[in-house]
Parts: sequence; C-alpha cells; structure tokens
Amino acid sequence: MQNKSNNPFLKVSTPAKRQETAFFWLFRIATYIIIAAAGYIFFDIAYKGVGVIFQLKAPFVNVPFLTEWPETLDIFKLPANQDMKMEVSQYARMTYENPKVNFVEKGTLEMVIFKSPEGVMKKVLPEQKEAFDADPISHGWSVLSERAVMQVFQLKEVSEIKIGNTLYRSLVDDNEGVPPLEHKTQVYAAGGIYPAIVGTVLLVVGSMIIALTLGVLCATYLSEYSRSGPIINFIRLSIMNLAGVPSIVFGMWGYAMFVLLFGWNVSLMAGWFTLAFMVLPIVITGSEESLRAVPQGFREGSLALGASKWQTIYKNVLPYALPGILTSSIMGIARIAGETAAIMFTASFVVRDELPWQVKHAGEFFFNGVMALPYHIFVVSARVPQNVYTEKSSMARHSSSWSSF
Amino acid sequence: MSNAPTAIEVENVDFYYGNSKALHDISLKIPKGLVTAFIGPSGCGKSTLLRCFNRMNDLIDGTSVKSGKIKIHGVDIYSKEVDVIELRKRVGMVFQKSNPFPKSIYENIVYGLRLQGINDKKMLDEVVEKSLRGAALWDEVKDRLDDYATGLSGGQMQRLCIARAIAVEPEIILMDEPCSALDPIATMKVEELIDELKKKYTIVIVTHNMQQAGRCSDFTAFYYLGKLIEFDRTEKIFTNPSKQQTEDYITGRFG
Repeated sequence: MQNKSNNPFLKVSTPAKRQETAFFWLFRIATYIIIAAAGYIFFDIAYKGVGVIFQLKAPFVNVPFLTEWPETLDIFKLPANQDMKMEVSQYARMTYENPKVNFVEKGTLEMVIFKSPEGVMKKVLPEQKEAFDADPISHGWSVLSERAVMQVFQLKEVSEIKIGNTLYRSLVDDNEGVPPLEHKTQVYAAGGIYPAIVGTVLLVVGSMIIALTLGVLCATYLSEYSRSGPIINFIRLSIMNLAGVPSIVFGMWGYAMFVLLFGWNVSLMAGWFTLAFMVLPIVITGSEESLRAVPQGFREGSLALGASKWQTIYKNVLPYALPGILTSSIMGIARIAGETAAIMFTASFVVRDELPWQVKHAGEFFFNGVMALPYHIFVVSARVPQNVYTEKSSMARHSSSWSSF
Repeated sequence: MSNAPTAIEVENVDFYYGNSKALHDISLKIPKGLVTAFIGPSGCGKSTLLRCFNRMNDLIDGTSVKSGKIKIHGVDIYSKEVDVIELRKRVGMVFQKSNPFPKSIYENIVYGLRLQGINDKKMLDEVVEKSLRGAALWDEVKDRLDDYATGLSGGQMQRLCIARAIAVEPEIILMDEPCSALDPIATMKVEELIDELKKKYTIVIVTHNMQQAGRCSDFTAFYYLGKLIEFDRTEKIFTNPSKQQTEDYITGRFG
C-alpha cells in the first residue's frame, strides 16, 4: 500500500501547471474557432451553390447556366398578386407555346398579336382568336400575347423588337391603351455565365503564360546566375514588396500604363499584363524556392562533367524544380482567377454579345475586353441596385422597390 | 622525389573564402599516372585545394586564388584564356556524397557525352559498357540499365559516379572522400577500382581514412590548418615521417 504523501509523482496543482493548461486551451479554442468558420464558409457555399450548378435530373449539371449568356430577368406583378419571373424572351415564348395557360386564360388579356410569315403583324380580335389558337404553328405564324409584346415595346421604348429569330413590330401607335403591368428588372439574374467563364479562362491562361515565362527566367537568374550582393538583395526585396501592393493599385497602374499610355484600350492584352505583373512576385518567390531545393550535388555533378551553366540548369536543375514551380503558380492562378479590382479598368466588360474569338481580325481578339467571373459577380451584386441581393439597400434609398418603374 | 612527370603543379597558392584565408602558400607537384592522397583533419583545406583543380570553387561566391598558380600539364588553369568547361572535361570529379542524377543508369553515364552533342546510340552503348566495366559495375547493373540510378545501393551509386566521370575520358580524376559514406566492402571495391584506374588516369583522393591512404596511394600529402605540412611517398609518410605533426596525426595522438 502506498501512502499519498510518499508518492513523489503525485499530481500537484502549481501556477506553472495551471498556466500550461490555460495556454493549451487557448490554442485549442483558437484552432476550433477557425475550423468552425472555415467549415461554415464551405458548407454555405456548397449548400447554396450546389443547387445552382447541379440538378437531380440528367445530365445532373445545370447545362444552361454554364453555357448560356446572362439575361436580364423581368418580373411582372400579376393581378393575382403572384410575381412571375421570366426572361424577356422566355416570357414571349411561354405565351407563344402555351396560349391556353397564359394570361389570356386568366382573363387579363383580350387580344393576341400574330406575326405572319410575310413579317406583318396583325391584331386579332378576341372572336378571331380561337381559330388561330387551334393551330397557329402550322400556319407558320408566331403568336405572342399582345400584352407581352406591348410590355416589351413599352419598356424598351421601341416600335420594333427581335425575340429569338422573330422580328415584331408594334402596330399600335401609342401604348396608352394597355395599362402597364407592374414590373421590375433584375440585371443578369437569369440565363448563364458562359461568356464570363470563357473570359476568366482566357485571362488566367494568358496572364499565367506571361507570368511564368518572365517569372521563371527572373527566378533562374536570381538563384543560379546572380552573385549575392546589395543590388541583388534590393531587387529581391522589391519583388517581395510587389506582392504586398493592393490589387486596385495594380488595376490603376495597368489602366494608366496599358490602357492609356500604350493605347491598348480595355482589352485582353491589358488585362493579361496587369494580372501577370500582379502574380509575378508569387511566381518568382515560389520558383526561386523550388530552384534552391534542387540539391547542389546535381549542379556540381553536372558541371564537373563539363556542362556549361545553361546546360546544367536546363538538363539537371529546371526539370527537378518544375513541380515546385507549378505548385507555386497554382497559388498565382487562384489569385488571378478571383481578381476583380485589377481587371475592372483594364480588361473586363459588363457585357459582350460575342465570344472573344468571334472577331473579324485576329487583332481584335487581343484588343477587346472580355467578360470575367469576378467582375460579373461585382456587376450583378453591387453596381446595379435593382437586384434581390441589393434590394434592401435600394429599398432604403427609394420608398418602394416598385417605384423605379 | 619522383621520376614520374608532373600532372598538377601547385605553386605558392593562397586561397580565400571571402576574407578568411583557407590555404596558406601551398606548393606541391602531383605526379602523373599515380594516386595521390590528401589527408588531414577536417577544415585543413584538403578539399578546398582539390576543388581548385577543376575550379569547382568558382561556384561559391567570394572565393578566390589570390596568389600563386595551379598548372595542369603546364597550363595555368586560373588564367583568363582557360575555358573552365574544357578544364572540367579533362579533370573529372567524384564527390563525397554520391550524386547520381535522378535519371536511368544509362542516362547518367551518357550525360557528359550528350552534353558534347554525341547522340549516336551505338557509340553511347559502347561507352556505357566500357565505363561501367571500368568502374566494376557492369556485371551488377547490365540487365537494368534503364532503372533509376537512385535505386542503387550506396556503393553502387558511388561507382556509378566514377563510371560517369570516366565516361568523358578525363586525364585526371579528383575524388573527394569517395568512401566516407560506404561500408567496408563497398569501400574495398572502390579501392580496387582506384588501383585499376591509376593505370590510365592520374588520381587525387581526399580521405579521412588513413588506412585507405596507406593502402591505395603512392604519394600522400598531409595538411594541417590550411598549410601543407608534408608531402612524400606514402611509405615514407606512414613509416618515417620527417615532421613531428605528421607523426602525431598518423599515430592518432591528435586530430
């Protein structure tokens, strides 16, 4: 039997031990807070995002979202007090394809406009409507609910409108006869993000090619050729400091340099170079590190066999540094792909109707802006106030969100 | 001292790492076609001198031979006309830590030849066999020439490095503690190889193992604190050294 006081290993609470426990829990709690925050962020993104990109029906991916142009969503306030959201073209299509379930059925519309193959738009009286309703397509006629077309005419303040491949002309001189539906617009809340994906891919690929070329050359010079000294140390420090420059500053610099001074306008080229210079520090620092990680023995062994410096670097250093260089460049890709501020003034358009390569001359490919994902998000969420996400802030400014109509 | 013609002649060499002097007024003549061993405690400058012979120290910033001359076959290798690449082709080197390139055994051997633009498969095959036989490695690896060189054992790797060095047919082979990481059997094989190689090449070997210097060298140079203390025939150094310091070191009284 062991007496308590005789046990030399007995647990005794001392200030040092209490401090030990306190610090242990401090570190532990801090870590768990971070894990919880990160977990919530990823869960939130996944939970809300999965529904947009994936679906339960085959092909399980929301193809239109990824392959269509962004479209402005028109929301009409219906008499039944139910909002109806649809794209302008969809609105027209719906009333064309389902004349029976459109607003006519609900008794809010009395006339239907038809378009004949000759391109003439006719107004059809309600008593004539039934005949056309029976079989409008086989007659080669497009049919639209008058109200829909009127709305469009009225909204756009035009007398001609093209929906799909069909041209509609207003036959009504003034639209006063049609009372406006209550209506609001959500910019780019419908359709897809295809051109933005294309633009972002182009921006990333182009600027990474420029950044990797320049960066690997520079890193090779710094780590293999240059002799250490105050000048090289200063250059290295400058490159590191470049990494700390805010991207909006890069954006303004790119705007001044490439857009204005070089006269490239808002273009892929200007964006490529601005983004390339922005990630250069990451690429150079990462490349230099991976070059330094190549054992000195590879260099010495190669040089001792009569290789020149360049032969040594090309055959025996760069191949083994390459995986590390590429890893560091992935960090660069992540930074470029999400960059808004730097491309805001240099490369991105709010909207562009054709794809970047749908141009007459090859030069236009390089000297035209593109749509890009981060800027698209910025436009959708912030710059245009009539959006569900910014509705609250615009509500604060206007008495009613409907009043803008 | 020796009737053999001189391969490397060192005249009053002072060598600096930055501002610290590593070699003090070294002069010696390394005979051609023989094995010369450099011994001495760590930091005595023997490796530094060895690396001067193929100008490997050029890779380290701030190093310089401030005075004196190193002549190989009568040519001052630190003069401005010397192409260091040609020099290194003639003066091969085997390093302390075996450094096979992470390529196949075959590609390791032909590395030097490919650099010279030789890509004739038949010729390369011949050189590979000849070099590997020369390095007593052929029988062990002839069936797996396309395997990665880094998969060989330590002793095999070191012999591969020797084979790689002799593939470019140098005149002098410098060995910087080639057996320091090898077990006795691998060491024995390398030593046998050195015996074999000295028929064709001049060999300079740096070693911490005095028995090794005694076994396989014809001449031995003893360095201490950057100074050449004694340079003579190996038998004389080990049996009847003329300096007290040498005797102390060899008998294990210090160092």
